[in-house]
Amino acid sequence: MVRLISYLVGLAFVGVLAIALFGTVSSAISNPAAETAEEEFHLHPHDIGLSSNGFFGRFDNRQVQRGFQVYKEVCAACHSLKYVAFRDLAEIGYSEAEVKAIANQWVIEQPTINPETGEAATRKNVPSDRFPSPFPNEIAARAANNNALPPDLSLMTKARHDGVNYVHALLTGYRPQPAALVREFPGAKTPAGLHYNPYFANLNIAMPPPLTSNGQVAYADGTNATIDQMARDVSAFLTWTAEPKLGARHAAGIATLVFLLIFTFLCWGAYQNVWRDVKH
Amino acid sequence: MSFPWAKQYEPKQPLMRWLDEKLPLPRLVYNAVGAGYPVPRNLNYFWNFGVLAGLALTLQIVTGIVLAMHYAANAGVAFESVEQIMRDVNAGWFLRYAHANGASMFLLVVYIHIARGLYYGSYKAPREMVWLLGVVIFLLMMATAFMGYVLPWGQMSFWGAQVITGFFSAIPLVGESIRIWLLGGYAPDNAALNRFFSLHYLLPFVTAGVIILHIWALHIPGSNNPTGVDVKGEQDTVPFHPYYTAKDGFGVGVFMLVFAALIFFSPNLLGHPDNYIEANPLSTPAHIVPEWYFLPFYAILKSFTADFIIPAKLWGVLAMFGSILLLFFLPWLDSSPVRSANYRPKYRAFLIVLLFDVLLLGYVGGAEANARNVILGQIASAYYFAHFLIILPMVARSERPRPLPNSITEAVLEKHGGTSPAKTALA
Repeated sequence: MVRLISYLVGLAFVGVLAIALFGTVSSAISNPAAETAEEEFHLHPHDIGLSSNGFFGRFDNRQVQRGFQVYKEVCAACHSLKYVAFRDLAEIGYSEAEVKAIANQWVIEQPTINPETGEAATRKNVPSDRFPSPFPNEIAARAANNNALPPDLSLMTKARHDGVNYVHALLTGYRPQPAALVREFPGAKTPAGLHYNPYFANLNIAMPPPLTSNGQVAYADGTNATIDQMARDVSAFLTWTAEPKLGARHAAGIATLVFLLIFTFLCWGAYQNVWRDVKH
Repeated sequence: MSFPWAKQYEPKQPLMRWLDEKLPLPRLVYNAVGAGYPVPRNLNYFWNFGVLAGLALTLQIVTGIVLAMHYAANAGVAFESVEQIMRDVNAGWFLRYAHANGASMFLLVVYIHIARGLYYGSYKAPREMVWLLGVVIFLLMMATAFMGYVLPWGQMSFWGAQVITGFFSAIPLVGESIRIWLLGGYAPDNAALNRFFSLHYLLPFVTAGVIILHIWALHIPGSNNPTGVDVKGEQDTVPFHPYYTAKDGFGVGVFMLVFAALIFFSPNLLGHPDNYIEANPLSTPAHIVPEWYFLPFYAILKSFTADFIIPAKLWGVLAMFGSILLLFFLPWLDSSPVRSANYRPKYRAFLIVLLFDVLLLGYVGGAEANARNVILGQIASAYYFAHFLIILPMVARSERPRPLPNSITEAVLEKHGGTSPAKTALA
């Protein structure tokens, strides 16, 4: 009885799948899926090899600081960094006084209320504040950006596939739309107000090229600020903002693996010793 | 319970004797995982995974309880509270990565544990109850893992909850009402997040309870073994302690090495980047995919694309739940008296096909739904159901098993080059 029911249920599922399979195959033959512009022209980022990669990877504080400078002078005009506080900058090598100065001189002030009147006001940033958003709210951000919302950058390198390399590739990937693309897909011409970038998922990004000329940022440490260098540095900075504990994590990981290797080896020895007289 | 030659607990110290009279807890432990539990001597490394699953659950409960001290189950602040755990809580990043990857490790060892049971016939008499309770544990784990994935309130959390609760709307007539009742609203929001958190905290303890029943049921017939042959006498077994505690210690070491490598060096390998974007009901991700451990079932769901009597969506949901629920009937679908696939050449071949079939389903579940992948998924789904519901009952009747060893000890000695009665008889 169990067997009969089982055959019937099995045949029902297999039968329905066979019908579905027939439908899939016949529709695939009658109208094969045409390749889209995204499939043909989308590019994958290449590895930029940051010092934070690998088992022993650590942040290169000088590079992360340069990246912070790029964020401050270029990205911060539109992009918030809402999960990072000024005090966190101490982790990338700024002294307490420097952190205080950076917070104090930050152009956008912290929203607060006037203690006398209760009306909305702003005050200077202090180290315990998180980075203030450049726009008071989403509507203001969209209004200022052709209805596009500049995403928060705190977690950007973890919120995209291959995020670290993606940020670098995107920042250096702006180019004129290939003539072949427009010829092949006349409907896929980059609309006005958007910018062609083959590293962006749908090829057309609202953000105008942020890094446009060598030397756009005058690095405090004298490094030559090419577009590629600035893109690398800001990728390193955003790796840090997304994963500030990376250095501690790698260090703890090495210690843990060494401990566990010794532990496992000793356990293996105990296992062999206990079983030495028993065939199994 | 247990075999007549099992060692008896004999407390020597007066304190332990006193305790044994009042509350024989040490006796219980001694008989469960101590020298009082005789276990077949020929278990291979696949028998390590039960203990590893228990360890994984324990680690999940420990890290989860501490995380719950810092997490805020409110749709307005849940995502931010997770970021605060990552940035401002002492070792918070470690707790969260250990918990997120711990779920993957738990499911991984449980899948190997289930595969072990399928290969060596551990679901067969007299261990049907062990298997049934195991399927209950698996269902509880799946529910817990799903609800846990919703808690960070990222894009995949939100849209995963949307898709999975959407299954219930496939039920005719009352489906939509049930979905709204389960969610506490028309879409996942604060009400859903709060109840998921509550249940995510509750279910692991229910799971722990069912695990106790699972082990209790196991200890009545005792453990299966790679030959599938019953224990015949004392020479076939060794006491659990120290033999298998020592072996499990080594297994735990290897498990922890893999786990640590994930936590410390690739903590986001198994996660989806979209879950680092806060939940946004107005923006649907390009591809909504569940965590890796649900992908085979997701592929089955997606494979039903044809309306036949009932809508395709209902077929998909029925098939997806059916693919797990059919495991409850396995002990009665497979009527072969031989347990181990080592002595069942046909069953073994089909089982290996099933293993690759499930891996293929996993690939299809995560891949883009183009024609090629949908076709692969439909064929693989058909094999999955055919394997359990048609092939298995047929094979059990038609197959001629290879000769079984007379006892576990004979099989062991034969492996080590000794002569055996079976060999002698053949010669």
